[in-house]
Amino acid sequence: MMRLPLRLLLPLGAGFAFLYLPILLMVLFSFNDSRMVSEFTGLSLRWYARLWSNGPLTEALFLSLRIAAISASMATILGTLAGFALARFPRFRGRAAFAGVMAAPLVMPEVITGLSLLLLFVGLEATFGFPAGRGANTVALAHATFGAAYVAVVVQSRLADFDASLEEAAMDLGARPWKVFMLITLPLIAPGVAAGWLLAFTLSLDDLVVASFVSGPGGSTLPMVIFSAVRLGLTPELYALATLLLAAVAVALWLALRASRPTTPP
Amino acid sequence: MMRSPWLVLALPAAWMLLFFVAPFGIILSIGFAEGAEGLPPYAPLLRFRPDGTPYLVLNLENFRLFIDDPFYLSAYLRSLWVAAVAATLCLAVGYPMALAIARAAPAARPLLLMLVVLPFWTSFLLRVTAWIGLLQDEGWVNAVLVGLGIVAAPLPLLYTDLAMYLGLTYCYLPFMVLPLYATLSRLDPALLEAAADLGARPWRAFLQVTLPLSMPGIVAGFLLVFIPVVGEFVIPELLGGPSAQLIGRVLWTEFFQNRDWPLAAALAVVLLLALVVPIGLFQAEAGKGTRT
Repeated sequence: MMRLPLRLLLPLGAGFAFLYLPILLMVLFSFNDSRMVSEFTGLSLRWYARLWSNGPLTEALFLSLRIAAISASMATILGTLAGFALARFPRFRGRAAFAGVMAAPLVMPEVITGLSLLLLFVGLEATFGFPAGRGANTVALAHATFGAAYVAVVVQSRLADFDASLEEAAMDLGARPWKVFMLITLPLIAPGVAAGWLLAFTLSLDDLVVASFVSGPGGSTLPMVIFSAVRLGLTPELYALATLLLAAVAVALWLALRASRPTTPP
Repeated sequence: MMRSPWLVLALPAAWMLLFFVAPFGIILSIGFAEGAEGLPPYAPLLRFRPDGTPYLVLNLENFRLFIDDPFYLSAYLRSLWVAAVAATLCLAVGYPMALAIARAAPAARPLLLMLVVLPFWTSFLLRVTAWIGLLQDEGWVNAVLVGLGIVAAPLPLLYTDLAMYLGLTYCYLPFMVLPLYATLSRLDPALLEAAADLGARPWRAFLQVTLPLSMPGIVAGFLLVFIPVVGEFVIPELLGGPSAQLIGRVLWTEFFQNRDWPLAAALAVVLLLALVVPIGLFQAEAGKGTRT
């Protein structure tokens, strides 16, 4: 058992305080009775009740959840294929270019991604009539694109943990490539694929900038509604929303950890 | 294994070509377009004379602005500066954290790493909102400062550079800690024991062994923070002052308020050009990691 020296323990503790103090204050003040965001006057659930009856907000939440589910699923298919190709084919023509294009969305400033996708959608609509108009469908396409890059990274690193010998053995025994992929590869990388889906889902749910560019009338996602609310001023209602999201994430992570435990040896 | 990767590659490659590569060509061409009324608010580049012969109209005004109007050039330079400072701050806060996690008991590491990543899974926008609550005049920090009698009146903290840097460091910290941890956890502890046996004090061993060996993590983390922050919009907009006219914000204003799509496209093209070198470096680093 190693003990951390104080000179490392101190900055670690300070770092975690920096990360969690703002969040803890937000959770605490979501139960505050007062409208004032810095004065604690008593416990109350009124901001949660207000949140529930906020029509535009709940509407945006359900739209965002739908977009996130669809785009994460598309991103998972694209990203799993890409990650598999990058992990299992060390050499092919155009590999460097393909790897570069798959990695670029990870760091590309959102304003560039958003504006360039909007111009593409406008151009496609003018030329082919598809996608007709902008809204949930264009946001989902945009989110699937950057989500795929994240899924590819996760799947590729998961595949790197397994060498190809199991797959090769199945091939030697006469299984067709598609069957090998479905019966051997996919079960092996399933936790990575699930983690990738979750990551793409979260990123989609969280995206303000790209969605603002590519969305259209009637396509206001949750972050777009939150953003305009924040610009008008802070309300404890926003803290209540943050607390609920935090609880949802905590539950999802706990379930994911529980689900993945049996597959990882101690 | 399968001989040809293209069966697997075709779908993602075609998708990325259409939705990621092609848009850059379009954004470049729109940068040369003239503004116009209507939707989309720009005039076509390729036009036709009454007799049917095509001709090309290239408008260089948008790019000339960078030379004529110091506002845009200073926005770029300021964005690069702010991103470099934010990445350095993340490194200063994140390096000791990553080192501590890498040196912690193996059983504790996954939990500690999860604690670093957990905030990333919650809403980015609401985390920025928390900082508004902390820093505004009637916010928590000022309430404590005034309550303890340290200051007589609330300090103007929100809408300052300080608030912007706090928000940037806060939101991008996980992107620094993760690559740093990845390199630091692979470091062979025998190297440090050897240094200690040879009489090096911990501080010297850190400077001469740990730090140089963790360079790949430092570079990856720095780029992972620096590149997106150059174009960051939300944090400067919500926490920064009116003078923090970073390029992401300028582009946003040109697009959403002034409805000048061609100028916004030209700004994006120049932003991309400014980032070509760092993005290339990042891809080289990412490629190195995947080839093993």
